[in-house]
Amino acid sequence: MMTGEVESGEVPVTSRTPAPALRLQGATLSFGDRTLWSDMSLEIPAGQFVAVLGANGSGKTSMLRVLLGLLPLTAGSAEVAGRPVRRGSTRVGYVPQRVALESGNLIKARDLVRMGLDGHRWGLPLSVGRTGRAARHRVDELLTSVGASAFADMPVGRLSGGELQRVRVAAALAADPDLLLCDEPLAALDLRRQREIADLIDAQRRRTGAAVLFVTHDVNAVLEHVDQVLYLAGGRWRLGPPDEVLTSAGLTELYGAPVDVVRVQDRVIVVSATEGITGHQSHDDHAAHHAAHHGAHDADALDERFGVG
Amino acid sequence: MDDLWDKVFSFERYGELLGLVHNSLLAGALLGLIGGLIGVFVMARDLPFAVHGISELSFAGAALFLLIGLDVVLGSIVGSLAAALLLGLLGVRARDRSSVIGVLMPFGLGLGVLFLSLYPGRSANKFGLLTGQIVAVDDPQLAWLAGIAVVVLAALLVLWRPLMFASVDPEMAAARGVPVRLLSPVFMVVLGLTVAMSVQIVGALLVLSLLVTPAAAALRVTASVLWVPVLSTVFALVSVVGGILLALGGSLPISPYVTTISFLIWVVCRLLGRRRDRHGRITRSRPSGDAHTRTGGPAPIG
Repeated sequence: MMTGEVESGEVPVTSRTPAPALRLQGATLSFGDRTLWSDMSLEIPAGQFVAVLGANGSGKTSMLRVLLGLLPLTAGSAEVAGRPVRRGSTRVGYVPQRVALESGNLIKARDLVRMGLDGHRWGLPLSVGRTGRAARHRVDELLTSVGASAFADMPVGRLSGGELQRVRVAAALAADPDLLLCDEPLAALDLRRQREIADLIDAQRRRTGAAVLFVTHDVNAVLEHVDQVLYLAGGRWRLGPPDEVLTSAGLTELYGAPVDVVRVQDRVIVVSATEGITGHQSHDDHAAHHAAHHGAHDADALDERFGVG
Repeated sequence: MDDLWDKVFSFERYGELLGLVHNSLLAGALLGLIGGLIGVFVMARDLPFAVHGISELSFAGAALFLLIGLDVVLGSIVGSLAAALLLGLLGVRARDRSSVIGVLMPFGLGLGVLFLSLYPGRSANKFGLLTGQIVAVDDPQLAWLAGIAVVVLAALLVLWRPLMFASVDPEMAAARGVPVRLLSPVFMVVLGLTVAMSVQIVGALLVLSLLVTPAAAALRVTASVLWVPVLSTVFALVSVVGGILLALGGSLPISPYVTTISFLIWVVCRLLGRRRDRHGRITRSRPSGDAHTRTGGPAPIG
């Protein structure tokens, strides 16, 4: 039922439906005359880790919004675990980009996880009775499973970036989703935290059997975990193992402009002289650094060789 | 000096006075309850400035209704709701919201002053709307205030969980199906009602002391989902009821007493909070979860 090896001793306990975690049929998304991607038909099996790549504005985040039921497809259909996408579905979990929570002094880390479980329901967040006890127990389990027990009772506003993302992964997994959507969850984290959170998400999908759709501008942060890459460019798309998609020939065809894919020490760097192909990092902390390596897909990688990697 | 002191505190014939403000005490207690609870969301959604803006328009509405001889509470509600809806519709983003409030606030205050100066009645009524009044709550007014309190309380009980989720982590809340965009104007209406109620008791200029200060104080000492609203409510109740009781002893308006009590509570909470912060840093310096690279989670869950 899963691709990829299961670590010894860790057996996914959740039995997933035989339907693929995600099935798109002729899915097209346009805003006015601008088509972000069209006729996308694909299936992602349960438990797969798929990196979603593409330049800014290629429709990566919009794709997640479609799968969350927040944005309708222009044409085609999208199913998660055999059911049409629906807003607020428990079959989909979501980990957003790290942004500091402004009112983070109001609730503790464990409350945020609890919100992932039942924060959408009307009424008061009561913790009494049998359901209350069950919810508290579940929250404790989730906190332990993401390694967040030590700061479970800290106000979320005081968590570091890495700690906050751990808590959000736990919140996203609270409803035991079939598909985990991650929208640049590593952005604005330092390299060590990036690796920790990427490892954590990988471990969780192996444990729960949930498929992961991981939007990122830097595939290298997750390359070791990735089963497939979904590359969006110029209204077109390509899905396949990284070795097949991330090639000079493949991306040149996809973009319709010359692109070189260079491998340096197990890391992938996409290089192009064409504007708009590799400008992926404008929102990133490393933007300045990036400017010094104009055209490099992955400026971070250059630090990495001297750092922990 | 003695004269001044008598103005601030004098407790002769206190028992007789107490009978006169029976309604005000009830109204004040209701306001403390509602104000303390809604203050939690005012803080969570970063709306203190909006509260101030709404209260100025609420004042203008009340002054207008006073001038044309209609019910003052109703005028206050009309002004509040107009402001709340305007803010809900115009200022979705914090930056837009601040500028809209900055524009509305002086306009509302100016209108209010205009209506008041045209009003031929007693001047005590005039300043009551700005700085609060104690004996002025009559039976129909109390009925109004109780009605508002019931509506606000019911709305908060229903909205509490999704509203908190949407306030703290809007992105995750939207992904989880919480109608984040709808909740914003709905909350503004509930807030508008509460402000209209507060204007009757503490006056338009000092609404913040009941809708912001108690919650801000509570947040300095706890982050518990239970204790923040409980403490905030207790602080607001103590401020407004205590303020009314003290105001009876002097010949000053009620507001200085209410605002002083709520400010002192905040100061004490801040000092206690500093101790908590230091404690928090000590906790933080321990090796935390960030130090683990991979979860060796013991029991698989699902």
